[in-house]
Amino acid sequence: MTRLTDGIGASPRHQDAEAKVRGGFAYSSDLSRDDMVWAVTLRSPHPHARITAIDTSAAWAVPGVRDVITHRDIPGEKRYGQMKPDQPVLAFGTVRYHGEPVAVVAADDLRTARRAAGRIRVGYEVRAPVVDAVAALRPGSALVHPDGNVVAHTRIRHGVAQSGDLPRAPVVVRGEYAVKMQDQAFLGPESGLAVPAGDGGVELYVATQGPHTDRQQVAACLALSQNKVVIKPAGVGGAFGGREDLSVQVHACLIALRLGLPVKMCYSRRESFFGHPHRHAAVLRYTHGADRDGTLIYVQAEIILDGGAYASSSPAITGNAATHAVGPYRVPNAAVDAWAMYTNNPPCGAMRGFGTVQPCFAYESQMDKLAAAIGADPVAVRLRNALGEGGRLPTGQVLDGPAPVAHLLSRLRDLPVPADPDSLESPPRARGVGYAACLKNTAFSEGFDDYSTARVRLRVAGGQPVATVITAAAEVGQGILGVVRQIAVSELGIGDVEVEQADTVFGPAGTTAASRQTYVTGGAVRAACLSVRDEILALARKTLVREHAPAIAAGSLAVRDGMIVDGSGRVAATVADVIGTTVIDKTAEFHHRPTYPLDPVNGQGDSAVQFGFAAHRAVVDVDLELGLVTVVELATAQDVGRAINPVAIAGQLHGGTAQGLGLALMEEIKLDSGHVLNPSFATYLVPTMRDVPPIRTDIVEMADPHAPLGVRGVGELPAHSSTAAIVAAIRAATGRWLNRVPVSPEDITPCA
Amino acid sequence: MTQLSVTVNGKRYQADGSAEGESLLFVLRERWGFTSVKNACEEGECGGCAVLLDDVLANSCLVLAAQADGASVTTVEGLHDGGSLHPVQRALLDEGAVQCGFCIPGMVMAASDLLRRCPRPPEAVIRWELAGNLCRCTGYQKIVEAVLRAAGTTREASGT
Repeated sequence: MTRLTDGIGASPRHQDAEAKVRGGFAYSSDLSRDDMVWAVTLRSPHPHARITAIDTSAAWAVPGVRDVITHRDIPGEKRYGQMKPDQPVLAFGTVRYHGEPVAVVAADDLRTARRAAGRIRVGYEVRAPVVDAVAALRPGSALVHPDGNVVAHTRIRHGVAQSGDLPRAPVVVRGEYAVKMQDQAFLGPESGLAVPAGDGGVELYVATQGPHTDRQQVAACLALSQNKVVIKPAGVGGAFGGREDLSVQVHACLIALRLGLPVKMCYSRRESFFGHPHRHAAVLRYTHGADRDGTLIYVQAEIILDGGAYASSSPAITGNAATHAVGPYRVPNAAVDAWAMYTNNPPCGAMRGFGTVQPCFAYESQMDKLAAAIGADPVAVRLRNALGEGGRLPTGQVLDGPAPVAHLLSRLRDLPVPADPDSLESPPRARGVGYAACLKNTAFSEGFDDYSTARVRLRVAGGQPVATVITAAAEVGQGILGVVRQIAVSELGIGDVEVEQADTVFGPAGTTAASRQTYVTGGAVRAACLSVRDEILALARKTLVREHAPAIAAGSLAVRDGMIVDGSGRVAATVADVIGTTVIDKTAEFHHRPTYPLDPVNGQGDSAVQFGFAAHRAVVDVDLELGLVTVVELATAQDVGRAINPVAIAGQLHGGTAQGLGLALMEEIKLDSGHVLNPSFATYLVPTMRDVPPIRTDIVEMADPHAPLGVRGVGELPAHSSTAAIVAAIRAATGRWLNRVPVSPEDITPCA
Repeated sequence: MTQLSVTVNGKRYQADGSAEGESLLFVLRERWGFTSVKNACEEGECGGCAVLLDDVLANSCLVLAAQADGASVTTVEGLHDGGSLHPVQRALLDEGAVQCGFCIPGMVMAASDLLRRCPRPPEAVIRWELAGNLCRCTGYQKIVEAVLRAAGTTREASGT
């Protein structure tokens, strides 16, 4: 039960936290039914091959096997996709990436299913894979799909670049940067339990970020109406974008329907590396032109994102990469092109930052390069160019709320730097300090209306008002269900609020993505609460008139701590008394303000709802003989608009910062001709407690006047500038120009 | 071996001989229902499946079930006697260190084992000792603070 002190600005703990520390919280991988069967996926060993035959007879012959499905068994759409349905549910004709699903086998137990899957014979005619996204853009490149290799292209021409060439500048710095493929590496593997429903439909308990987008795609592939598929959000062991696309969903539901039995699927870690799209690897070519004092005159950028074999969310990611290409700086003239390319590498899609992390490394590297070129301090160059309120982005969009880029950087610069230990001499070590800043859009952009639905019910129980908030917003550990509870406590003026996680029978909350849930679902819950509050007050006025207090009834009334109080704060009635046995039940939709598509020729348009801003400072020690980097301290400052739950926000800042450290120093899905070389935590390194240093957080609250409660999206920003700040610090320590992340020891101390 | 017998949290559990080729993790989760023991990598890299095996911290994914025959296993449920939480569990809640929580049972096992061996570890020791437990949500900051709190100390007092 919540208390009145658990409202906005407090930090009540996540409602599931105690179950999680006790070990009793059920993740999707923990679900079971007595009569369930296990299903496993057979995946392509080749990045590109024509399928000549699939023979499942040997799998069917294994005792205990219940079902084997291939593409022929898909009753509805054979392809799915969030934005462009181009990804086969099960491969047909051609496999286009290493790990593409070809067949699924169900059996009485996991071991039998795995053994049987290994007996399926698939004939492959291996083809040369397209593995270089830059080469894939060139005319005459081999094609991954018949309609061309470009998944999406966003073009921005701003300032004089709209009508001709970029202006001349006294100082010009150029750079080409590479960002390698990062994995979300959530700890809880993809998993779900599909249960046939009595009406010929199916219920799926699954770890997902977007139950309604799952439903839409699953129903289409199963040729069922939407209401025959119910997606029930199950316990999520981390997400970070990796649960926006389908994994087990269609496979498990289809077999459950065919067998009339519950079907469990749960990926191993190895399979998880093949089971979801990753963060796009990217090549980024930049030219910055500036005055001798460092004032930016223009930025020219080409960003090539490796989308892999299927589209996933590459179209929106390409738009994000382009619109965020110059960073949080005033750039009067810009020419930006971003492309996402089809290749035969693993599909890439959403990961925390969604196309804005890769440019951040490049534009911040360029700002350091510019500082070096004019002999200026890197922070000073950033402050000179920092966007502020009223500033204009290369899309022409004006920042119509606080944009405290300079403030955030200044606060970090003013922090003391940890003391140098005496031991820096032996082995030869050097210390470096680096800074970086970033911006990121909140919610979906370019004209999407990603609204949210919330229902709030109020009744009296045990003589006290009790509120229930219902939302289908997927809780992925970040704490959205706690956030909406806090909002309800404050907006209703009632202490006892419970939150129900809805399934897809309830209206959509949209995906838990794009740092949007506190803004959008918070907005919907707030709207429903205000509607409930209005009704409480209307009932209160009726009661007061009936009880011969018309003067009080006519005056201003509010709900506070379960009481109706008048304008002077005197208690006029209790909420329990005025609502009696009435159940007040209100549902609200919240739509953020409209956004607009970018002009296809010049990329101009008010494409984003809101931007958030953050900055990082990194302090590193580098072993100059071995090239090993120790991150000594990270500090971040971020404008969150209004902190609903400061402890949860700090947790987002810590976790995102650590993921940025991973990209800076170790995280890379390694590919060899399209083959994934390291689908394992032994070879794909995730930062440990020894790798991540103490992190200082500075939560700045500058309310966004256009957002509900003034909030700003929080979750993604911390994963941006930490990477660039760490690399800047390594450059400062070593004097080496590093243009690729993750930075390897060989980059720092190249072997002769 | 015809029968596997393991004491888990003080109670005896048995499985038929077909379990002997399975990992202790698999038997605990899939045969005996101890779903608090998490499977996140099955190769000893993440610590999500950490248990005490005859009082020694072990990644149960790397233990063949047959090796655990006759042994005593403690999972996170065995740390709290029904009601009261272990100080590490309490501190994780008080610090707000739990996000998705998938790493938490293993983290609790490793941290409580550390405090048993080393009651007041400095931060550097905590970061060394718990480096076998991956967390993807928290950046470890609040987990470290929770272990310090459970040890009755603070970051400043630990000299870091």
